[in-house]
Amino acid sequence: MSQSHAAQHVHHELGFWRKYVFSTDHKIVAIQYLITAMTMAVIGGILSMLMRYQLAWPSMLSPTLGKLMPDAFAGGVMKPEFYVSLVTMHGTIMVFFLFTAVLTGGFGNFLIPLQIGARDMAFPFLNALSYWVFLLSCIVIFSALFVTTGAPLGGWTGYAPLSAVPEAGPGQGTGVTLWITALALFTVSGLMGGLNYITTILTMRTRGMSMMRLPLTQWSLLITAILGLLAFPVLLAAGILLMFDRMGGTSFFVPAGIIMNQMPIAHSGGHPLLWQHLFWFFGHPEVYIVVLPAMGMASDILSTFCRKPIFSYRMMVYSMVAIAVLSFVVWGHHMFVSGMNPFLGSVFTLTTLLIAVPSAIKTFNWLGTVWGARIRFTAAGLFAIGFVSMFVSGGLSGIFLGTSAADIQLQDTAFVVAHFHLVMAIAPLFAAFGGLYFWFPKMFARFMNETLGRIHFWLTFIGVYCVFFPMHVIGIGGQMRRIYDPTQYMFLVPQQPVNVFITIAAFILGAGQLIFLFNFFFSIFAGKRAVERNPWHATTLEWTAPTPPGHGNFGEELPTVYRWPFDYSVPGEKEDFVPQTVPATVVAK
Amino acid sequence: MPIVVEERRRVSPPPPIQPAGHGGDGDFGDSGAAFPISKGQIGIWILLTAIIMLFAGLSSAYIVLRGVPSWQNIELPSLLWPNTAVLLLSSLAVELSRRAIRRNDLQSMKRWLAAGGVLGLTFLAGQLAAWRQLARAGVYLPSTLQSSFFYILSGLHGLHLLGGIAGLSIVLVMALRNRLSAFRYEPLKLCSTYWHVMDALWVYLFLLLLLS
Repeated sequence: MSQSHAAQHVHHELGFWRKYVFSTDHKIVAIQYLITAMTMAVIGGILSMLMRYQLAWPSMLSPTLGKLMPDAFAGGVMKPEFYVSLVTMHGTIMVFFLFTAVLTGGFGNFLIPLQIGARDMAFPFLNALSYWVFLLSCIVIFSALFVTTGAPLGGWTGYAPLSAVPEAGPGQGTGVTLWITALALFTVSGLMGGLNYITTILTMRTRGMSMMRLPLTQWSLLITAILGLLAFPVLLAAGILLMFDRMGGTSFFVPAGIIMNQMPIAHSGGHPLLWQHLFWFFGHPEVYIVVLPAMGMASDILSTFCRKPIFSYRMMVYSMVAIAVLSFVVWGHHMFVSGMNPFLGSVFTLTTLLIAVPSAIKTFNWLGTVWGARIRFTAAGLFAIGFVSMFVSGGLSGIFLGTSAADIQLQDTAFVVAHFHLVMAIAPLFAAFGGLYFWFPKMFARFMNETLGRIHFWLTFIGVYCVFFPMHVIGIGGQMRRIYDPTQYMFLVPQQPVNVFITIAAFILGAGQLIFLFNFFFSIFAGKRAVERNPWHATTLEWTAPTPPGHGNFGEELPTVYRWPFDYSVPGEKEDFVPQTVPATVVAK
Repeated sequence: MPIVVEERRRVSPPPPIQPAGHGGDGDFGDSGAAFPISKGQIGIWILLTAIIMLFAGLSSAYIVLRGVPSWQNIELPSLLWPNTAVLLLSSLAVELSRRAIRRNDLQSMKRWLAAGGVLGLTFLAGQLAAWRQLARAGVYLPSTLQSSFFYILSGLHGLHLLGGIAGLSIVLVMALRNRLSAFRYEPLKLCSTYWHVMDALWVYLFLLLLLS
């Protein structure tokens, strides 16, 4: 880019609306994504608290809740339909509108141009449009909570034929229509985002930033964008067919001659399992769409606070690629009990267990990074370590569930819930928290409060284990995944105190997040000012940009990169970090 | 003087300097090289990949459902054959337009581009007529699984082709405003890539529907 063009980028001023609301600047789009996703997280969190309340005290009268939500609490007791709609909406909101959005939309938008040394995304307008379509999809899914017939009931996986027949339940009418619409909009938004991420990372790297000098966050975002590009359209295809089943009278997912709610359903000859195949062909890569950026961010943060280069950078990249490729051939492990041919089950078991290999390589490398390091226990660093802990705890139970023989016993129990929460919800959540504490000074030119951050970490870390560890146990004990009232089965009654314990832990965990929300919003306006450009003494390019980076990110001239992003504690250097922009010096012999 | 220049050229660049520290696993970075493919080209192929995955999802559903007992083949409207020919001709026209601009022959570039667009619209009109033909024969969207697929696949393909026609129109307007030349015709290149893939997609879908 020529000097004059660069100067143009740096200097022109915009009004308030263009600058902060209808902005095409990747940093503003990122913050919009972050705040919207955090709002969705609060909603999804409240839903989970209501679920936990019901599971701990199933038949308790609550006149207050009955007054607050008369439709949901008939006579002060939660209705079963409402409970299942909580399950559905919590899952949908958290998987798509929190995790996918916050990690790729939020951190991806903020970090891609800054870490590769670009002034903005490749297609800034498309990027802004992606946010507005995402916001629209959030509004659509949120409105599903308020339709008179109720929110969808079919779980976040929307299994057919329940989802294909509007008469199947109270929320399966308008509720599911809104659910499909929201996911379709989300897909379109994600495509516009992903198109930008891939193009930007490939074409707009600054001088010297070769692929093997990219921070791991960038690698993870690139691979994630490719995964999303291949997986989301398949969900859209399934959604289109489902919509036609519901509204056009077609029978893709509805078998002939079924009776629902004492009513014969006038459809002929579809295949309900087809929905599961299409959904999980998307659904399993989706897990990695959430986990991979978390892995990348945690790697970079971990290396910064260990003051050590990441252990085996290349293997980190290759194992992410391997995970991405394998994620497309494991979807059958979600369907072991669907009447699958046992031989096919064994094949899916094999491919699933294969994913443990690159995952173990990554874990080994994180441990290698932490090994012997003089760790700086900042809130961001703690959360990055916490990510590794959660990933290991959740990943190990995945080996049980990925083995078809064990899965047939454990499927659809609370064991599964505990597993996927730890590995694909809590682990990415920890990375996202770590990322927020870490990049907050670059985003808002202020720090988040460290003490509150550490309290938040310990409450979350202990809280999460108190919630999800016992959940494995009651799952093995037989508690069903989406059960409305565990006390209705005699064999589950003895473990009811565990449910009460989990719920109390969940309430404390939820309250702990209020500390974070307070810290976040308070610090935007009144946090300690970040004067230094590089407060954490990190090496990557975003820390060489002004704080906060102006429009165009890097001032007059783009940085030049001379080295990889992990030059921490280099022998013979004065400081324990060497930024990527420091030119090579000839070592005297 | 020219001899000096020649000699200077012969001097090879200095070898890369080893950075202090780890220097990126031995990767020195190609400091000057720009990425060989343009943003637009990457963007269009990403878009096309997404579209192809959408139809891959739909055709895998088609192949699975072809195995269920209630599957019934329909007689595809005969109009699809001339429609397909028209679409292939439109691809040819767009390709001729792209070749014309490489010769800087703007006049025939515009003519072929317009012809491509008109042929595309003719195809879409033909598809609508094929739908009518099928409906007159009493085969509607919910009639059989194959008829459902036929209407949905051809409809979705038509929508994507409509997007291509919008693209061709934009390029035509750019050409009419003299904003394209033999040295600057990336929009036309992107459009023709999209158009050819959409045509190939239709041929694939037609074969899929035909070979049941």
